[in-house]
Amino acid sequence: MSSTDISLHKDVHLGHDDHHDDHDHDQSFIEKYIFSQDHKVIAKQFLFAGIFWAVIGGLLSSLFRMQLGFPEATFTFLEPILGKWVDGGKLNPEFYLALVTMHGTIMVFFVLTAGLSGTFSNFLIPLQIGARDMASGFMNMLSFWFFFLASVIMFYSLFLETGPAAGGWTVYPPLSALPQAISGSGAGMTMWLVSMALFIVSQLLGGVNYITTVINMRTRGLSMTKLPLTIWAFFLTAVLGLLAFPVLFSAALLLIFDRSFGTSFFLSDIYVAGEALTHTGGSPVLFQHLFWFLGHPEVYIVILPTFGIVSEIIATNSRKPIFGYRAMIGSMLGIALLSFVVWAHHMFVSGMNPFLGSVFMFLTLIIAVPSAVKVFNWIATLWRGNINFTTAMLFSVAFVSLFISGGVTGIILGNSALDIQLHDTYFVVAHFHLVMGSAAFFGMYAGVYHWFPKMFGRMMEEKLGYLHFWITFACVYLIFMPMHYIGIAGFPRRYYTWTGFETFNKFMDMNTFITIAAIVAFAAQFLFLFNFIYSIFRGRRATENPWKSNTLEWTTPVNPGHGNWPGPLPVVYRWPYDYSKPGAPEDFIPQNVPFSQTQSSNLPHERDTE
Amino acid sequence: MIMNPELQAEQRRVNPLKFMLILLIVSIVMMFAAFTSAYIVRREEGNWLEFDLPAVLIINTVVLILSSIFMQWAYASAKKDNLKNLKIALLLTIVAGTAFLIGQWQGWGELVRNNVYFGGSTSNPSGSFLYVLTGVHAFHLITGLIFLIIVVISALKYKVHSRNLNRIELCTIYWHFLGALWIYLYVFLVLNH
Ligand code: HEM
Ligand SMILES: [Cu+2]
Repeated sequence: MSSTDISLHKDVHLGHDDHHDDHDHDQSFIEKYIFSQDHKVIAKQFLFAGIFWAVIGGLLSSLFRMQLGFPEATFTFLEPILGKWVDGGKLNPEFYLALVTMHGTIMVFFVLTAGLSGTFSNFLIPLQIGARDMASGFMNMLSFWFFFLASVIMFYSLFLETGPAAGGWTVYPPLSALPQAISGSGAGMTMWLVSMALFIVSQLLGGVNYITTVINMRTRGLSMTKLPLTIWAFFLTAVLGLLAFPVLFSAALLLIFDRSFGTSFFLSDIYVAGEALTHTGGSPVLFQHLFWFLGHPEVYIVILPTFGIVSEIIATNSRKPIFGYRAMIGSMLGIALLSFVVWAHHMFVSGMNPFLGSVFMFLTLIIAVPSAVKVFNWIATLWRGNINFTTAMLFSVAFVSLFISGGVTGIILGNSALDIQLHDTYFVVAHFHLVMGSAAFFGMYAGVYHWFPKMFGRMMEEKLGYLHFWITFACVYLIFMPMHYIGIAGFPRRYYTWTGFETFNKFMDMNTFITIAAIVAFAAQFLFLFNFIYSIFRGRRATENPWKSNTLEWTTPVNPGHGNWPGPLPVVYRWPYDYSKPGAPEDFIPQNVPFSQTQSSNLPHERDTE
Repeated sequence: MIMNPELQAEQRRVNPLKFMLILLIVSIVMMFAAFTSAYIVRREEGNWLEFDLPAVLIINTVVLILSSIFMQWAYASAKKDNLKNLKIALLLTIVAGTAFLIGQWQGWGELVRNNVYFGGSTSNPSGSFLYVLTGVHAFHLITGLIFLIIVVISALKYKVHSRNLNRIELCTIYWHFLGALWIYLYVFLVLNH
């Protein structure tokens, strides 16, 4: 089994550890950049893959927004690219559904799960806990290549004759189970399931590694209560993934059996074109339970890493200790715990027992408490801080804004009675795009701008970063605020066209407006892409610690090599948030500075323990 | 005196591979938690075919418990450097594990003879669930057998002994887990039938 291979590899690796510098030279190109086991290279591989997927996902959404914004227009210019999916300049309705499905799948799983955790957990965990690498570099490499395989299959499905999966990112049966129902439920759905199964394997391999590394490989002095909040966040994200993804795997397996082996777990009494299918005895609501048992923790798998990233960036750039460090950890623990007992708030109108609905409503609304604690602490950290408005900081502050705006509507949706009106309308779309889509994207951007110097040894262009930020920030609100409004009016999501409904015609202008804002926002991301690629090669050279930050990754050389620290591993003496400490000559004291060297600023209880 | 921090960290950690194995076991537990709770939820909804569990399952259960005892014996022998017993015990574990799989296959045969099918127009989720639970468990048992074979090979190369217990310890944990998982499934099926 693979675990024995790892132990073999491990022996070799430890032997090499003390002279890892020369180890570096005899690596071939393939070992170093392709099948690399170095966590920093794997992180970059995830980052590049995530960016690739984000471009595809964004492109798909621009296409379906054009349909919504300009229902009367004909898009003949798309015909050469999309072939038969555009007929006489009109988007095929089934293709529209496929676009929405693939947009959701790609953004939630491939960008905001794999791209986000894959990049930052891999990059920052060893660097911030003072480890040479992950617990198992080999499994870590496997994790990326499973993801790569999943990506290839998902990408290929976009070009299938019958189209990719089209039953929504939640793939509810019976729609997703019956090719007779929609052509995307044929080969496209099969590939979706195979791809997601591989994706889950990748997530589990990665998650097991993250957890093991955080628990076992922290450097001397780094207790759990001295960890940067980033590490706490990545750790809890991995725990959530470990508990939730296997359940999705089970659900997917049962769906595969229903589709290909004639079982009836989720299918019952279905008539297609006047003909009864042979499936009896299944329960489609069962699938919803299984899906959302993953699905709700999944939204926190997306947002938790950015909680950590944003906390770190806000503290550093406010030059203040994070407000309520322990409360931040506690609230993340609370959110992680609660995220497993609220899944049925996605199913209030599924025909579920209404009494059960009120239990889930109660549990759901409790999540607002730890969420509010976090928001309060971020704002209190900013309060009277000596703020540096770097691009990363702008994205982090905007993250807090988006998280509030999106979270407030969550509380509205969490009321089972209100949800009868709001479910499956654009109100829900607006809610989760603000709180998850936009906020997580902003957190990811903040992370890239902030850790770019450590990743590539160069700085990103700040002016271009500002431009990217302001256009994106404005557009995000211009897109999603109006969506609440049309959602309250009852405008349903996942409809190819609404021109058939007299009521909704008065929203024509608003939809056009949203579409234009969406396309501007998408275009603005190419500013980032240009900045990113340009700065890798031509950016200003970075120093070791450009943001004057306290965490351990900034004690490595500008371009940390294999093994991260050229000399012995750093030893930790203090928490990571000693910013602007009264009595200290500088406004930051890195974690590896002993108290014996900072007599002027030590508090009475602070002295070295050895 | 300067201590080497790397050495220190080395001593403090639990064997990371063991830790990883336990995490993987947690994820397998979650998979089966999903299956069995789906089973209960679905059963509550009615339209549930009742049938007798294959009689051979109880024999299989005993065989698998036996294999766990052999496994433990193998581990104890490795600890005492009794390499002859180690090999015998490992082989017995593999034989018992394989016998279990064959027994499960017989169980499926019995189900088919009683017209309980996995799929098709006459199948009912109650039967399909039984196939899924036993099938997915059998799949994991096969991975356990592969692991055992790897341990046997390294035992033949004299690489399993009291100062190199790592591999056999992981294998023992995994094998006991697979046994415990089956006992849970069996009790679950008996109670919910
Ligand atoms: C105060 C906290 C929150 C509450 C009370 C809440 C509540 C809800 C409710 C009740 C729904 C279902 C609406 C419906 O389908 O009718 C929903 C949908 C959703 N929420 Fe939240 N939410 C909260 C925070 C979040 C966060 C932090 C995220 C992600 C980071 C998130 C992501 C989503 C997503 C993705 C959906 C839609 C899934 C779909 O149907 O496609 N929510 N939320
Ligand atoms: Cu939810």
